[in-house]
Amino acid sequence: MGGKARALAVDAALGGLVAAAMALPMLGVRLEDGATGLSLGGRFDWVLWAAGIVAGGRLLIGALRLTLAGRGPSLPAPPRALITYVGWAMVAFALILPFLPFAGRNMVDKATLVLIYVMLGWGLNIVVGLAGLLDLGFVAFYAVGAYSYALLSQTFGLSFWLCLPLAGMLAAGFGLVLGFPVLRLRGDYIAIVTMGLGEIIRVVLQNWQDVTGGPNGISGIERPSFFGLSFKMVPPEGSRGFAEFFGLDYSADHRVIFLYFLILALALLTNLFTLRIRRLPVGRAWEALREDEIACRSLGINPTTVKLSAFATGAMFAGFAGSFFATRQGFISPESFTFHESAVILAIVVLGGMGSQIGIVLAALLLVGLPEWFRELQQFRMLAFGGAMVLIMLWKPSGLLSTREPAIRLKDAP
Amino acid sequence: MEYFLQQLINGLTLGAIYGLVALGYTMVYGVLGMINFAHGTIYMVGAFISLITFLAATTVLGTSVPLALVLTLFAAMGLTALWGWSVERVAYRPLRAAPRLAPLISAIGVSIVLQNFVAQAQGARAKPLPPVFRGGVTLMDSGDFVVSLSWMQMVIMALTLGLMAAFTWVITRTALGRAQRACEQDMKMASLLGIDVDRVISTTFVIGAGLAGVAGMMVTLYYGVIDFYIGFLAGIKAFTAAVLGGIGSLPGAMLGGLLIGLIEAFWSAYFSIEYKDVATFSILVAVLVFRPTGLLGQPDVEKI
Repeated sequence: MGGKARALAVDAALGGLVAAAMALPMLGVRLEDGATGLSLGGRFDWVLWAAGIVAGGRLLIGALRLTLAGRGPSLPAPPRALITYVGWAMVAFALILPFLPFAGRNMVDKATLVLIYVMLGWGLNIVVGLAGLLDLGFVAFYAVGAYSYALLSQTFGLSFWLCLPLAGMLAAGFGLVLGFPVLRLRGDYIAIVTMGLGEIIRVVLQNWQDVTGGPNGISGIERPSFFGLSFKMVPPEGSRGFAEFFGLDYSADHRVIFLYFLILALALLTNLFTLRIRRLPVGRAWEALREDEIACRSLGINPTTVKLSAFATGAMFAGFAGSFFATRQGFISPESFTFHESAVILAIVVLGGMGSQIGIVLAALLLVGLPEWFRELQQFRMLAFGGAMVLIMLWKPSGLLSTREPAIRLKDAP
Repeated sequence: MEYFLQQLINGLTLGAIYGLVALGYTMVYGVLGMINFAHGTIYMVGAFISLITFLAATTVLGTSVPLALVLTLFAAMGLTALWGWSVERVAYRPLRAAPRLAPLISAIGVSIVLQNFVAQAQGARAKPLPPVFRGGVTLMDSGDFVVSLSWMQMVIMALTLGLMAAFTWVITRTALGRAQRACEQDMKMASLLGIDVDRVISTTFVIGAGLAGVAGMMVTLYYGVIDFYIGFLAGIKAFTAAVLGGIGSLPGAMLGGLLIGLIEAFWSAYFSIEYKDVATFSILVAVLVFRPTGLLGQPDVEKI
């Protein structure tokens, strides 16, 4: 035991030294912007703090490892039936959420935001979780959906309900066109090329002033109506307002709640689609391709078309989500479609446990919902977000809920 | 003609910087088969370390500029390497056996953490540094356009050449390089033959981060302005360079870096500066579609 304790202490001391060396320029010195240029300020106590925290952390982790060594693995995965019940319970909760006493307008708004990411996560899950294509440019299709709704509605005066399928189709079309050259590539290359494509779309949006409005974006986007009933305080000429029609007092909350249900419906549609298509030949082919591409080829599946269909389907749902985003915000600009968004969506899918629909909801709550409550800590929000990504991966490398069951299993197979 | 020559010089300088960063990508990919997403951010950390060291050396210690540069070079290389080592130790090593996507997500997390850490610790505003030394050599003077090669550009090119020579020597002639190449070919076999694979991987990260640190120092001194976000775009471009040259191929990374630098310089000069990133990415896509192994890469055979 003495030897182990000594090794532990040495390890902690070394960790502290390394941390001190790393922190010396980055924390120990502060660059101060002045009128004449940069000057330096010292705060060497921070270096000591960093070294102390790292050394203490190493000591703690080492001690925990020693005491926990030999214990069995953690809990087994929950059974499928339980997960299904939890899923239904979540849907029920989501349905009554806006009417609960504690749910104010603010909370419904935040829930809407979380649901957008849930939907995007479910859409990306088709591409990453089912087909196994690592897509780092998913936000491009989200942007295509948002801009196509905004432009169609402003140029041709089309309504949201007409634009929604059009936006989905356009996004899917983009998915086909962009996916075609990409999908013949191997694994990691796809990641980087899709990331490049996402950036290309963002740069084009930023610089094509005549159409997209450049960095200023598009504002004054038409809000959706409830079967022709407007949510505006003063409904447009020749139509009736939602509140008037149902004999309610006008309240701005109606629109917020309506938007919430709209995204809930869209998200559930995505989920239903995924659950059903997994049982169709196309869905099976996606999953088979993820597991073994060479075997699939030998069995006569054309990898390119199968991958392309997954890519386009995922893009379509991103397009839906994008037009919802545009109608909810009423304003869009390239700012909203940076690589960071793609990373967040991918993180939601992977952290949730790839292919697990409920896991994605949990991850979205964790990564998008939780930071929303801590808006006051704005500066440290992103720091904690990145840290959480790393820690969850270290803790559960295959995601929070990863029960990837094969659809069919041989009797004798383990 | 004069304009062309000037752009050629500018492009080569930029390309040298990209090439050094690309080496880090290509080495890690060669050994681990993963895209080290945080590499661009490490380069950004290197740029900050150099800026701070340089300012500390000139203003606090009061050394002369050349001595300060040497100090900065060593600090940037050593400390950035330490950052690279720690990132590997904390975020990648525990995930060696994990599913393929886990290290990638962890790497994205690390790069978000590092970016925001730097933004918090050093301020989010762009940091300007006045030119360290001005002037240069006039190569050609046609009356209305002067082609010049600045001292800074010369330093960058000479330093890159020197580092490349040292690096090539390490990889081809030393025991360390031999172990590194062995791991690249077959990690399991290498470990059976008594090579400490963990140590080789650590060294790979250390060397890659050290080179990225030097690139960060060059960019700080050359452009004179850095912020916490520079790592992202530079990272993608350097990765493009690594892919263009053939990922896993060390001379390829340098060649790819130079090509990307030239393309960017010429595109900005003759077409439009707004779309220069689009040009880079389009090249990446085109290369991957028509020649997925890059210019100097070996085609890799899939075995069942």
